[in-house]
Amino acid sequence: MEKVFGKPESLSDRPFTYCPGCAHSLVHRLTAEAIDDLGVMPRCIGVASVGCSVFSDLYFNFDFIQAAHGRAPAVATGIKRVKPDCVLFTHQGDGDLASIGTAELIHSANRGEKITIIFVNNAIYGMTGGQMAPTTLIGMKTTTSPLGRQAEVQGYPLRVCELIRELKGVAYLERTAVNNPQNVLKTKRALKKAFQAQLDGLGFSLVEVVSQCPTGWGMLPADSLEWLEKEMGAYFPLGVFKDAKAEEPQEVA
Amino acid sequence: MAEERLLMKGNEAIGEAALRAGCRFYAGYPITPQNELTEYMSRRMPEEGGTFIQAESEIAAINMVYGASAAGARTMTSSSGPGISLKQEGISYLCGSELPCFYANIVRGGPGLGNIAPAQSDYFQSTRGGGHGDYRVVVFAPSTVQELVDLTILGFEVADRYNNPSMILGDGILGQMMEPVVMRESVTYDPSGKTGWALGNSEGRERHMITSVRLAPGTLERHNVHLRKKYLEIEAKEVRYELYEVDDADVVIIAYGTAARVAKSAVTAAREKGGIKLGLLRPITLWPFPTDAIADLAKNKQDILVAEMSFGQLYEDVRLSVCGKAKVSLLAHTGGGLPTEDEIIEAAGKCVASSEPVEIYPVLE
Repeated sequence: MEKVFGKPESLSDRPFTYCPGCAHSLVHRLTAEAIDDLGVMPRCIGVASVGCSVFSDLYFNFDFIQAAHGRAPAVATGIKRVKPDCVLFTHQGDGDLASIGTAELIHSANRGEKITIIFVNNAIYGMTGGQMAPTTLIGMKTTTSPLGRQAEVQGYPLRVCELIRELKGVAYLERTAVNNPQNVLKTKRALKKAFQAQLDGLGFSLVEVVSQCPTGWGMLPADSLEWLEKEMGAYFPLGVFKDAKAEEPQEVA
Repeated sequence: MAEERLLMKGNEAIGEAALRAGCRFYAGYPITPQNELTEYMSRRMPEEGGTFIQAESEIAAINMVYGASAAGARTMTSSSGPGISLKQEGISYLCGSELPCFYANIVRGGPGLGNIAPAQSDYFQSTRGGGHGDYRVVVFAPSTVQELVDLTILGFEVADRYNNPSMILGDGILGQMMEPVVMRESVTYDPSGKTGWALGNSEGRERHMITSVRLAPGTLERHNVHLRKKYLEIEAKEVRYELYEVDDADVVIIAYGTAARVAKSAVTAAREKGGIKLGLLRPITLWPFPTDAIADLAKNKQDILVAEMSFGQLYEDVRLSVCGKAKVSLLAHTGGGLPTEDEIIEAAGKCVASSEPVEIYPVLE
């Protein structure tokens, strides 16, 4: 009998320990599927960050390293320059990537490091208990914005894809979501394209996955999917922000 | 490359020695007074087929080193005090994850932005770990450009032997001055000792995981005790120091680096004048510290004068080593001040004349 569905080879047998309804585990699985499809598992090296995904190293079947808060792109840079044949990716949340790690993000992107960043944006610091993130929406209540985020006090939610799209070193940039089956499939396609850009030596690639955090948002999982669509979707438009391959001048027949 | 006799600036000598030790990854960020090292690496590293990255910050630089070390390369960074402060988090991660690397702190005056004059005020930062958590780094204290070369090469070997960072604590004078050096022949770095843990292609082997997170109850304590045992082994095997005219000395000066160069001249000058007999104990490693050798001085009832370019940091380790069994005095300059031969000889006279320890700050006199 033909096997039509199974656990990706790149995923370990370790059960995920994320909260019910959390998107991190889904993104891990899609990452593993993309890596399997591209046939690059043994050459993959993952960089775990700080936050809910600090233990993402446990869930994969290839080499992994855990990085300091915000520094995963710098760590990936060091590894990739020593092992250019390896496929490097980081898995980072919004606090890690878009707050404490903005310098490493922007400069690794600007250098065109041949690494892939998987950016899970759920608009909150989950691991530390629901504090305001750089991507927390205006009016959104968190444990450190109890009155709701106010632009004049806490500034505006940071849009990472819009921020780095102009950098010449960026080869592939897409924002997706995992709140419904269509978006899940799109996310997997985006991850494959991002890895392919790295494999083709085109430069830096990043996939931002707008993600639900029912625990941090204080919602039932089903409600969080709806809220993501309506509220997050309005501020963080999904789509391809940059695709160096598509922009390559086409040969005229 | 073959052994050569060269005239080199200290900062550049560190760079060349690192390349000859097999270092093929350098990430750094500009800061005075160590810029010549970063500049040298930007030119020479590509010639040797290695990677040079001018990082966006010292924080990024040390994390690139963390990644490169995890991938099995001999790797280094360098900076001066304020930059080393920023690197401390990364150094703590390297220690926690048991990754080797080498770095140089070409010390300037602090605290804060301070100045760019030579100082030794990062002694505590270097010898106590410096970042968060229980850890140590091996600290070498060269006093000549030749020692910068020799201790850089040794630094890479020691770091690899113990899977722990090691460093040079230099200063602006050592980094900037030129001296003749014998540049050693290049070694062939063999990374095969790292194949059991380095990151790479995991085909046909168990996967490798490098981390400093140990959340399960008891695991971090067990790991830290493992680190402690390693540090005790380093303390037993890696202590280095130089004794100069100590046997018949009335006052033994304890000094390292640039201060020890001045102290050595003071020992010779005082003996030529036929005054107080001075000797010198010069720690070459600051951690591990030559505690036993200093305790021996106390047993011999010799007076001790610590001469340092910081406010009593080395002094503290010397006093811990003698445990009250000798009179330990201090001659301290800081913020870029340098001791002179005359100050040291004069201070030694005050030590002998006083039944109590004396603390001398020439800038106040």
